[in-house]
This record gives sequence, structure tokens and C-alpha cells, in this order.
Amino acid sequence: MAARAPRLPARLVANAVGLLILLVTVFPVYWMISRSFLPRNRIRSDEQTWLPVDGTLGNYDRILTGDGFRNALVTSLSVTLLTVAVALLFAFLAAVAVSRFRFRGRTSFILTLLLIQMIPAEGLFISQYKMLEGVNLLNSVLGLTFVYVASVLPFTVWTLRGFVDGVPRELEEAAMMDGCSRVQAFFTVTLPLLAPGLVATGLFGFIQAWNEFTLALVVMTDPAKETLPVWLVGFSESRSRGVDWGAIMAASTLITLPVIVFFLIVQRRMVAGLTAGAVKG
Amino acid sequence: MARRRTARQPALPTVLVLPAAALLLLALGYPLARQVVLSLQEFGLAQQFGRPPEWVGLGNYRALVGDSYLWAVVLRTVAFCFVNAALTMGIGVGIALLMTRMSRWVRIAVQSGLLLTWATPVVAAMIVWQFLFDTQYGVVNSLLTTLGADYDGHAWLAEPLSFFTVATMVVVWMSVPFVVFTTYAALTQVSDDVVEAAEIDGAGAWQRFVHVVLPTVRPVLLVVLLLQVIWDLRVFTQIYTLQKAGGITRDTNLLGTYIYTLGIKGGDFGTAAAAAMFMLLLTVVLTAPYIRIMFRQEET
Repeated sequence: MAARAPRLPARLVANAVGLLILLVTVFPVYWMISRSFLPRNRIRSDEQTWLPVDGTLGNYDRILTGDGFRNALVTSLSVTLLTVAVALLFAFLAAVAVSRFRFRGRTSFILTLLLIQMIPAEGLFISQYKMLEGVNLLNSVLGLTFVYVASVLPFTVWTLRGFVDGVPRELEEAAMMDGCSRVQAFFTVTLPLLAPGLVATGLFGFIQAWNEFTLALVVMTDPAKETLPVWLVGFSESRSRGVDWGAIMAASTLITLPVIVFFLIVQRRMVAGLTAGAVKG
Repeated sequence: MARRRTARQPALPTVLVLPAAALLLLALGYPLARQVVLSLQEFGLAQQFGRPPEWVGLGNYRALVGDSYLWAVVLRTVAFCFVNAALTMGIGVGIALLMTRMSRWVRIAVQSGLLLTWATPVVAAMIVWQFLFDTQYGVVNSLLTTLGADYDGHAWLAEPLSFFTVATMVVVWMSVPFVVFTTYAALTQVSDDVVEAAEIDGAGAWQRFVHVVLPTVRPVLLVVLLLQVIWDLRVFTQIYTLQKAGGITRDTNLLGTYIYTLGIKGGDFGTAAAAAMFMLLLTVVLTAPYIRIMFRQEET
């Protein structure tokens, strides 16, 4: 349907509206990045600077050398990488089981995963808080990772299952004919073919954990243990010194940058994964 | 092949699923059970300092149901959810339809812009939009003032209606890309031949849309709509950050922020757990259709 060439006026109108949409979608991001290069005295209400000509890197310098950002960066990186590693391993094992075997409880396992994805974090964070408090895991990287892995796992298993399904079983069987054991066949033939799937799924987990705010706010109550999103919200509200919007925008840009890069890589997979049910049918 | 193996070694797949299943059981299953127990107990600050919790039966639920504030919050949550889901769907499907009529370069530009929006982390997006609507430095106020309206120093977050207007703008801005990409992908699957045949048979643009295009993309639209409802029901970050940015709290609480205020801030874990059960119930009710579709697909 996209290939149909509509009449000229219709296309002109569509193009004009399209450019307007482009403006609205991109403007906030443009504003964030452009303001991050402006010194404080050039962010004023009475005189907006539309283009940040002769800007400065001063905001970035202050954020990157400040303790708050660096502390939060270490916490965020630890939690995120740990979450991705554990989730990927567990999800990989489960995905292989679900894709390659028919076993009792398989269907209920898959359906449970789907149900879990519907549970809002807000519906459970009260008792998750009590649980972590009981075992002294509040304000700890381990505690936050624990609840993060649980929230990333369903989608991760789901996506990886699709990738495992995509590797034909016949390849493995051919390798077994050539004298490999089943395990050898899996590791030498199937695993390399799954590499792109593992990367995509891992990046998706990274984005989720890196962006997560609600559970981080609940679990990391100690300001020294905040993750980047929680730190950023706190930083933007500390108005005692007056609002330093340039620095806040620089911090926001820094947090956004890795996500945009990774997002562009996994984007196609995300659309497919999120509507897996719909497309399948 | 696999079936024969399964018969001989039923343990292997179970072992493979075990780590994931055990973790989910511990991190989600146990808290869920604990929450049911907690919601039947008086668990306040005294208990937090060591006093054993007291069983109150359905007392917490009764207190909540009898409190008109809870109903105001529930109503507000559902209304916010429906308004946002409807706006997101309307705008998203509209843009996707427009995209089928744009020149290629405009379409690619629009797609890139939407991708950028979609990739922006929630917290960063919230902070930027707060900045856009900031009382003192916000570009929205200065633009409106330039246009002749008196918005100099206007506080957007100080009044419920304009608070939710800003919240809705951010939520819609962030959710539309997903709708556009999935709908556009579905629209490209609509067969040109069928559309042309309908045109030759004398069907107008509207008739072609209703009778040819819509039936084809309907399943996708349905799932996307249900996902939107689920996602818009759980807007915590957006409301929380706007409240922190000088917004009012009592008249803007949605279920998520209400539970947070009750439990984590207020220390009344019993009532908070009961309110959280409400949230779960509401999710189940609103997502039951989606679950049913999923069940049907997994069985076939």
C-alpha cells in the first residue's frame, strides 16, 4: 500500500503535515542537546537563544567532574551489566528448553511469562521493598539487580526463543551425523548462529535496566546509592542554588546518549518482540 | 527426534528452565504472596520498629473502599489511562496513514524523528519537558508571551487540569512512535491489488479504508491498543517527577504515586499493600481481553 503514488495535492499536504510532525517530535531532543552547550547566563526567558552558536563544554565539564554523576554512573553500570549478564544466561537456558523440547509445564511456563509482563511494578514494589529490607538488600546493587532480572526475564526469554526457533534443527542434526555429540553440535553450530540474537536481547536488557526509575527509587533510598535516573531527578530538583538548566540538560544528554546508540541497533527487533502475539497469528 | 529424547530424559528441559523459574518465583511470586498477607495486617511505623503485625482481616480494604479519596484516585487513573491511550492511538494511526502518502524523503525524516523520540529515556524526557514548561525559563511561556498571551511566569504544574495536560503531552509524545511503527508495518501488508480492485469497483477513499484496509490491520491495532492501556495504567515516573518539580500532589495522585506515598513515604505498609492489590485487580480487568487472545494463540 505504501508503494501507491497518490495524487499530487494529497502528497503535498501529507508532506507538509509530515514536516510539522518532525518538528514537534524532534524539538524537545534538540532543545535538550542545544541547551547543554549554553552557559547559565544565556538561558533566559526574556531572550531565547534558538541556535547555540559559540557554546561551551563547561556544563559537561562540571557534570563529569562532579561526584554525584560519577557515583551514580558506577552504580548504574554495575546494576545494568549484572542484570544483563544474569538475565541473558537464565533466559538463554529457558529459551533453549522452550524452543527445542516439548515438556510438561511448557505451555504454562510460556503463559506465565506473558502474564508477568502485564504486572505493573507499582503493583508489587511495596512487598518487594519489604522483602529486600528483610534480607538487608535495600541500597545494594545485588538487591536492585535481583528485582531487575525478574522484570527483564520474561521479555528476554520471549525474544531469545524466537531466535532459537530461527536456527533450523537440521543443522544440529547434520553435525551430529558427522560425529558431534548433541552438546558439541549445539555449541559449535547453533550457538554461533545465535550470537546476533544474544547481542540484541542483551542490548534490550541494558536499555531497560539503564532507564528504570520506579524500582530504583524504591530500593535505593540512600542518596549515595542512587542510579543515574534517580540521581538526575534529584539533581534537577535541587533548587537551593537556583536552577542550572544547562548542567541539567548536559546530564540528561549524557544519560540519553548510550540508549540512543543501542536503540538504533535493536529497534527492528523491539517492534517484532512487543507485538509478537499479534504478528504470529 | 526431540520427542524421543524427551521420553528418555525428561529432566533436561526442566533443569534448563529451573534458574529462570526459580528467580521469578522468588522475586515476584514470593512478594505477591507476601503482599496478600501484608494487606490483611496492620503494618505501620510501630511494626517497622519491631512490634509484631496485627491481623485486621479485611480492615485495610474496608478503610480504603470507605475512603472517597481512593475512588477519586482510581477514577483519575482510569480516566488518565483512557484519554492517553485514545489520543496516542488516534495520533499514531493518523501519522501512519499519512506516512503512506508522503514522499519517500519526508517519510524517512519522520521515521528518524520518531525513532529519536522513542529512544529517549523516560527520565530524560520528563526533565526536558519540565524545562520546556518551566515557569521562569520555559520556552513555552516565552513563546506564548511573544504571541501576545499573558503567560509570563505562568505555573503549569500548580493546577490539576494543566498539570495533567503537560503529563498527557509527554506521555503521548513518548508513546506515539511505537503505535506509528507497528501500524505502518501492518499497513504495508495491505495488498495493493485488493485496494485497486475496490477502487475499480467504485469504492471511495473512505469506503476503501473501512472495508479493505481496516479489516487487515485490525488484529495489530487491537493488540497495540491493549498494550497502550496497560502502559498508561502504570504511569508512575511521569507523575512522580512532575509532582517533584513543584506540582501539587494531593489532586494529581494516580494509583502508582498514591501507593508510593502511602507505603514507602508514609510507612503504612498494610494499607499500601491493599491499595497495590487494587492496582493488580485493575490491571487484570483491563487486560483480560489481551490475555485471552494470547491463550488462544499459544494453544493453537
